[in-house]
Amino acid sequence: MADLLKVKDLAVNVEDKEILHKISLTVNKGETHVLMGPNGAGKSTLGNALMGNPQYEITGGNILFNGQDITNDSTDKRAKLGMFLSFQNPLEVPGITLGNFIRSALQQRTGQHIRLWDFKKEMRKAMEILNMDPSYADRDLNVGFSGGEKKKAEILQLLMLKPSLAILDETDSGLDVDAVRTVSKGVEEYQKSMDGALIIITHSTRILESLKVDHTHVLVNGNIKAEGDASLVDKINNEGFEEFLK
Amino acid sequence: MAKKERAEVNDIDRSMYDFRYEEKDQDFYKIQEGLTRKIVEEISDKKGDPQWMRDFRLRSLEIYNEKEIPQWGPSIEGLDMSNIVTYVKPKTKMTADWEEVPEDIKNTFEKLGIPQAERKSLAGVGAQYDSELVYHNLQKEVADKGVVYTDIESALHGPYADMIKDHFMHLVPPTDHKFAALHGAVWSGGSFVYVPKGVSVEIPLQSYFRLNAPGAGQFEHTLIIVDEGADLHFIEGCSAPKYNIANLHAGCVELFVGKNARLRYSTIENWSKNMYNLNTKRAIVEEGGTMEWVSGSFGSHVSYLYPMTILQGAHSHMDFTGVTFAGKGQNLDTGAKVVHNAPDTSSYISTRSISKDGGASTYRSSVVINNKAKNAKNSVSCQSLMLDDISRSDTIPAMDVRTQQADVGHEAKIGRISDDAVFYLMSRGISEEEARALIVSGFADSVSKELPLEYAVEMNNLIRLEMVGAIG
Repeated sequence: MADLLKVKDLAVNVEDKEILHKISLTVNKGETHVLMGPNGAGKSTLGNALMGNPQYEITGGNILFNGQDITNDSTDKRAKLGMFLSFQNPLEVPGITLGNFIRSALQQRTGQHIRLWDFKKEMRKAMEILNMDPSYADRDLNVGFSGGEKKKAEILQLLMLKPSLAILDETDSGLDVDAVRTVSKGVEEYQKSMDGALIIITHSTRILESLKVDHTHVLVNGNIKAEGDASLVDKINNEGFEEFLK
Repeated sequence: MAKKERAEVNDIDRSMYDFRYEEKDQDFYKIQEGLTRKIVEEISDKKGDPQWMRDFRLRSLEIYNEKEIPQWGPSIEGLDMSNIVTYVKPKTKMTADWEEVPEDIKNTFEKLGIPQAERKSLAGVGAQYDSELVYHNLQKEVADKGVVYTDIESALHGPYADMIKDHFMHLVPPTDHKFAALHGAVWSGGSFVYVPKGVSVEIPLQSYFRLNAPGAGQFEHTLIIVDEGADLHFIEGCSAPKYNIANLHAGCVELFVGKNARLRYSTIENWSKNMYNLNTKRAIVEEGGTMEWVSGSFGSHVSYLYPMTILQGAHSHMDFTGVTFAGKGQNLDTGAKVVHNAPDTSSYISTRSISKDGGASTYRSSVVINNKAKNAKNSVSCQSLMLDDISRSDTIPAMDVRTQQADVGHEAKIGRISDDAVFYLMSRGISEEEARALIVSGFADSVSKELPLEYAVEMNNLIRLEMVGAIG
């Protein structure tokens, strides 16, 4: 089976300082990877670099997606190829409603007109999974949403846009127990019904409780220090990162 | 020889507005270029002015000749009055039937969507082509309520002649500034609206001004009187095709809002980028009345535009919502003025300005609270967005508060499009230019929300036109 995402020796600078040093990582179709590490390790940098944020400069290595080199492709092109990034701090964009935004993103991705009726039906279903009040669809994108609603809106976009790879950047941070459970339910739906691959960037393990995890990567000071299966998550949960900091 | 303009328009598709047909000399009467006593007399003859109006024009010309060109705003050096044709009359009579409008002129208005809009959502329409109205019509039900909507020329000779004489350039006297004087001398066309006591006009009236002749000026006069307890929404639209020589617009708008009356005045201005737009708008509001301005400025090479409101009666109120978009070669100096002359008056000014490709936008305002205006409230919020490093945005607010008992607030913000927001939208598969257009439309959303749907759509199309170069 061809790799979905293959990152080879990726080096990334932020404001002329190298943050990631020769990172390599392979994600197969439908797999769930967890990326853990202490604060400042470069986890979000990796998420941003994979998605092509121009503020993160790739100085070495390459990124292949479905066998295609996308190292220099624009963010929207990556999205159209099937990548998705759930933001740690989703931005507020006045003037466009959440519903219209998702519909227009879908239309741009597929180049096809999407019937309003079908779209609304599907979105209502996705909002139900996420315990979201349907009125959020008619509110301006993230404007005045609480932290929890913003994260739910991210997962709603995930479920509607159906990428083949989703990077979740600290989607669970700042959420209460119930909200984490709801978000996690949405992610599970993505795993199961769309066979979606995931890279979950997280500090905590609460979001992982109900998800099957295939691989765990520990990122420290811009290097991958350890790799393992789901049991590595439990180990970190019990012992922290101390062992990897040496 | 007509002077060449240096500023060139972007290579964007403006075809909807740039549509023009070459005027054939036999179809138009054109006065010679420049501004002299003889020219003003000739305009007066052509228009069949009453004697007082003829005298008024000539007095205004004298004032014009004495007044200096304002030195505090954007340069208008490229404007040479000796090159401007102040009066161009299509050889047709004003009619209330689109079928009677000459084919070429009718086509122009159809391309702009005016007759369609009239059928759909307007109570009355006036259409001015160059210096004269070619069409004016008011729904019968509205006319039956006693509402008057006609061109100023007809009003000057009809039953409202005295009303015109009592109000014409009383609010904006020719002595106000040089271009008000110019207007007084060569004004032509425009609309007169009278809404009688207690009458509510449920759907808007609209006048559309189209300047088609190269090197010409348009000097329409709009006079609206909304009597006690009455209610009106008036929309004005303006556009012109692009020429390589300077065109001039020096219109004048005078609005009289009676006791407990309400007037909403909406403008979508999209002059071509060779236009000098030196327009003067002023309203006076009696006790308990409300004046609402909604103003979108997109076109012109240089604009000076500061609609002014005089809150003359106690408890009167003014709302101003404006958006200005300055692109390449444009210097748009816009804002608002308000004078609080009575107790418990309130005003709210909210503006958004956008500058791009080296364009300059200036927010300029004046808030005066006189000592009679106890418990007056004023609040100003102006936000600017600069889309690149070569564009310019300035904020010049002035305040003059002469009473201790006033509540005055000012908030200004100048910013850029957030790279993070662009990245966020792009991460969902939206192209960079689309993402920027979305953010800019969102920035202007507080204004488009104030417009009737069709105009909000037009405004968003104009923003898209500037941002993406095509109407989607």
